Amino acid sequence: MLNAKDKVFQNLHGFQEPFIEGALQRGSWSNTKEILSKNQNDIIELVKSSQLRGRGGAGFSTGLKWSFMPKDTGKQHYLVVNADESEPGTCKDREIIRNDPHTLVEGCLIASYAIQASKCYIYIRGEYHYEYVQLEKAIEEAYNRGYIGKNACGSGFDFDLYVHRGAGAYICGEETALLESLEGKKGQPRLKPPFPAGVGLYGMPTTINNVESIAVVPTILRRGPDWFKSIGAENNTGTKIFCISGNVNKPCTVEEEMGIPLKELVEKHCHGVEGGWDNLKAIVPGGSSTPMLPKNICESVLMNFDDLKANGSGLGTAGVIVVNQNNDIAEVIERFAHFYKHESCGQCTPCREGTGWMHRMMQRLVRGEISPEQIELLENVTKQVEGHTICALGDAAAWPIQGLIKNFKSELISKYNKKLKAS
Amino acid sequence: MSQNLINIKINQKEIQVDKNLTVMQACEIAGEEIPRFCYHDKLSIAGNCRMCLVEIEKAPKLVSSCTMPLMEGMSIITNSEKVNAGRKGVMEFLLINHPLDCPICDQGGECDLQDQAMYYGFDKSRYKENKRAVENKNMGPLVNTIMTRCIHCTRCVRFATEVAGVPELGMLGRGENAEITTYLEQSITSELSGNVIDLCPVGALTSKPYQFKARPWELKRTDSIDIFDSVGSNIRVDSRAEEILRVTPRTNEFINEEWISDKVRFNYDGYYQQRIDTPYIRKNQKLSNSSWEESLKILKNKLKSLKPLALIGEHVDLETGYSINKFMSNFGKDNVECRTDNQAILENLDSYRFNTPLNEIENSDLIILLGTNPKIETPIINHKIFKAYNNNSRIFNIGKDISFNYQTEYLGDKLSDLNSEKLIKALNRSTNPIIIIGSAFLNKIKNIKTLKSIFTFANKYKVISKDKNNLNFLNPYASRVGQLILGNTTKNLCEPFSKLKKNKFEIVLSFGSEHIASEQFDNCFRVYFGHHGDEGAMKSDIILPTPLYTEKNGIFVNIEGRPQEAKKCHNPIGSAKEEWSIVKKLSEELSFVFEPNTFDQLRSELLNNYPKLSIFQEILINDKTTPIISDIEFEECKTQYPINNFYMSDVISKNSVTMAKCVEEIISTPSLLEKSA
Repeated sequence: MLNAKDKVFQNLHGFQEPFIEGALQRGSWSNTKEILSKNQNDIIELVKSSQLRGRGGAGFSTGLKWSFMPKDTGKQHYLVVNADESEPGTCKDREIIRNDPHTLVEGCLIASYAIQASKCYIYIRGEYHYEYVQLEKAIEEAYNRGYIGKNACGSGFDFDLYVHRGAGAYICGEETALLESLEGKKGQPRLKPPFPAGVGLYGMPTTINNVESIAVVPTILRRGPDWFKSIGAENNTGTKIFCISGNVNKPCTVEEEMGIPLKELVEKHCHGVEGGWDNLKAIVPGGSSTPMLPKNICESVLMNFDDLKANGSGLGTAGVIVVNQNNDIAEVIERFAHFYKHESCGQCTPCREGTGWMHRMMQRLVRGEISPEQIELLENVTKQVEGHTICALGDAAAWPIQGLIKNFKSELISKYNKKLKAS
Repeated sequence: MSQNLINIKINQKEIQVDKNLTVMQACEIAGEEIPRFCYHDKLSIAGNCRMCLVEIEKAPKLVSSCTMPLMEGMSIITNSEKVNAGRKGVMEFLLINHPLDCPICDQGGECDLQDQAMYYGFDKSRYKENKRAVENKNMGPLVNTIMTRCIHCTRCVRFATEVAGVPELGMLGRGENAEITTYLEQSITSELSGNVIDLCPVGALTSKPYQFKARPWELKRTDSIDIFDSVGSNIRVDSRAEEILRVTPRTNEFINEEWISDKVRFNYDGYYQQRIDTPYIRKNQKLSNSSWEESLKILKNKLKSLKPLALIGEHVDLETGYSINKFMSNFGKDNVECRTDNQAILENLDSYRFNTPLNEIENSDLIILLGTNPKIETPIINHKIFKAYNNNSRIFNIGKDISFNYQTEYLGDKLSDLNSEKLIKALNRSTNPIIIIGSAFLNKIKNIKTLKSIFTFANKYKVISKDKNNLNFLNPYASRVGQLILGNTTKNLCEPFSKLKKNKFEIVLSFGSEHIASEQFDNCFRVYFGHHGDEGAMKSDIILPTPLYTEKNGIFVNIEGRPQEAKKCHNPIGSAKEEWSIVKKLSEELSFVFEPNTFDQLRSELLNNYPKLSIFQEILINDKTTPIISDIEFEECKTQYPINNFYMSDVISKNSVTMAKCVEEIISTPSLLEKSA
């Protein structure tokens, strides 16, 4: 279990003052000028050596991502922070912005400095109105104290930070769709290549990072990458905010060591599964996009990128959704399928047509109206969507269903047989 | 090895290609056909249909080949099991919500989806759910929509935005509910809107006038030329028996690329309305039916005693013009005029044609529109200007303050506004300026010095230099450049008609020119050779029916000076006779010499006399340069634009029901926005 002093987000639960006074007490802004006096490449190297992996879902090395930015192009570079947190089961960025916004603001400054971006946009989910107000207040405080703006923190680096509110589309959390939306266009993912590091916001080199990835950067630089690396396992380092919801006694958002056993997470922080551990059916470990894990895997799996991947799922955004025996697991996945059908942008064929097809079949599946052959078909359809789309939403829509069929096929078939008998 | 070439492998076959190509283009070069829906050569890349998936070695997923740039050493596989499965999957998705109503779909037989489903489709549907239905959208009188068939390739959206320059189409909604629409259910206000019909890979956007008329395999295809503006777009005329059912573009990268204007695409119903099918003679102030013998006899007798003038209209081909010239020379000189709109010219070819090759307009960084409205006069040229505009070209407008589909800087309504400071500054900075001077000024020039001054001005500001001539003369008539080359004009360089009065012509022969109705000829005996009964015919004393351009062969020279051939599609309506044969008959009656006995003989005589014209599709070379004068002087002239209504600019379009609907629904109906304002 993580030591209290190793927590990056000391005020995750909002027991302290979220704004500047509290932030200063927690150590934010304490030696930012000193950090900004470092060479930009050195900062990137430090972040790289901390083995920080992106917290938005894909788990790509943050330092490596920054190093892809072209150097000294003379062009305007941008840092875009993705605060469009819409993944079902995930609410980590919300807590950061609500209760510890200065970690993010400071992170934006440092990251922008590292990638030579004098402008940074935070694209915040439209529904997060309260968080938007909190964030704006924190930014105003930072401006007033000269931490950001012209000659930020006295470092000679000019930096401007803007907050942009989304309009409620899940797809705008996809990095390139976010850029489109930020430019005032319809939020549809762009084609890659070109990647945003080459051609991003307004055609300029851009880096897009998750809120959590950015907000941990000041602490990493302050306490050193070795400290960060000492937590967790090789390549899965640092602390991570987990959001546990569903059939647990006490749903919560908690910062923990990367790689904490899933069972420990549920038992210790959430006071166990409703009806006890044996009443557990399955756990979705990383937000709705990741395939679920059956109980036997949940017993031992570690909550980090690599272990979850090895077990056929992924860490994703670490939004843990616990489902117990009292629920129909098919119904849970049907709800996910509905979500993806509703949020598909409609740009490319497999996702536009496939999400609707999958959802309709899931609806029949819930009613027990799908024969074993049709379950095969459903699985086939998910395979036809997966990997054939422009962005990852198609994959995200396919994986939960694949997880369901992989782990609970016999249950789905018996459901059909029961219905057949009844009629 | 050239720097631009890289080595790649396609299906294990090594090949060298340009590194700036995409994977799809490289596969095309290697002879591997890649199925596609959303990709189109002339539009931006969307990559949304996912049909063109290919496998690239070492890439974990299949990639869409239309979006993927090439890299050195890339190994592309287009025929593996994985690729096929991917494409089959995409095809199935496209078909699940497609109505599969091919038997009643106008696209049937020339449908991309149908064709590709033959390769990648399943024989049975695995989709057991209800299909999606989409409400049809109003896109105006030309484009019929059956939106349930739409596969969301967004070609039409990209066309409207990028080519037509009217961002009036878009996709609303998300996911399954995404729909292509005109937002406010209004007609598309573009002169090129019909091209979305060709672009649509399925039957979602089809031609309204052609609806349920024919199947593509029943149609006879004839290559022809658009004669409704001077650009000479290449068209294909589709006919069944003696009726034209459809007009579509032919690709010509130098002229129209793949587009044609709505006028030529849709006005073909006008070919059969108000046709003059038999000769008429005016008896007791009334026109009455006559026979060829009778009418030619009267005409012959008139020609024996009266002094004739021939007017050449806007749709006249070279062969006709040549035979008229040959015939009229028997009566003296200076008695043929094709510039019925008073266009001022100098002697040289470069003073009445569009000197910049059309496909080079887009490279310009500064364009001056001088009394021209290319948007409705020549939509294809307007598209080229729009391209230049998108390449950051500045566009200046002198004349009427017209709104274009690109931003222009308005300088004033006088020719002398060419001297405005803003323009001179821009001209000095420009590396490739273009001037386009249109009929609105050209037809009003009274002093030929003005025209010479424009040449001098162009030389001064490097619009004309040793190796290029970017001073362009634009008129909207298909026949004009060709007839001027044949010398079918009088000696007067400007205002030809005001000076003709002195010559006291007594009989006017009009070959399709409506100018015959002018008061100027009230005291003359009027003879109209034409195909449509309009004002010109109504005022005439003898009317002789002649075939339309689709009913005979003919050469037209387009505005750049590029000879092209329009071919005969079906026999003439009624007893219409080709002009040259009428002229020959008259020559015989009047004992003039007219050697050619057949059309082919006529053409070879014409091409022997004008050997340059015999190279079709090549721009004529201008061997003389127009001399410059010492001082620049622009006269003040009022502007009068030749065309005010795009849909009804000539006798044929005026008789088209489709064009009438366009006027009603596109021009006369205020848009919803205007209404609410």
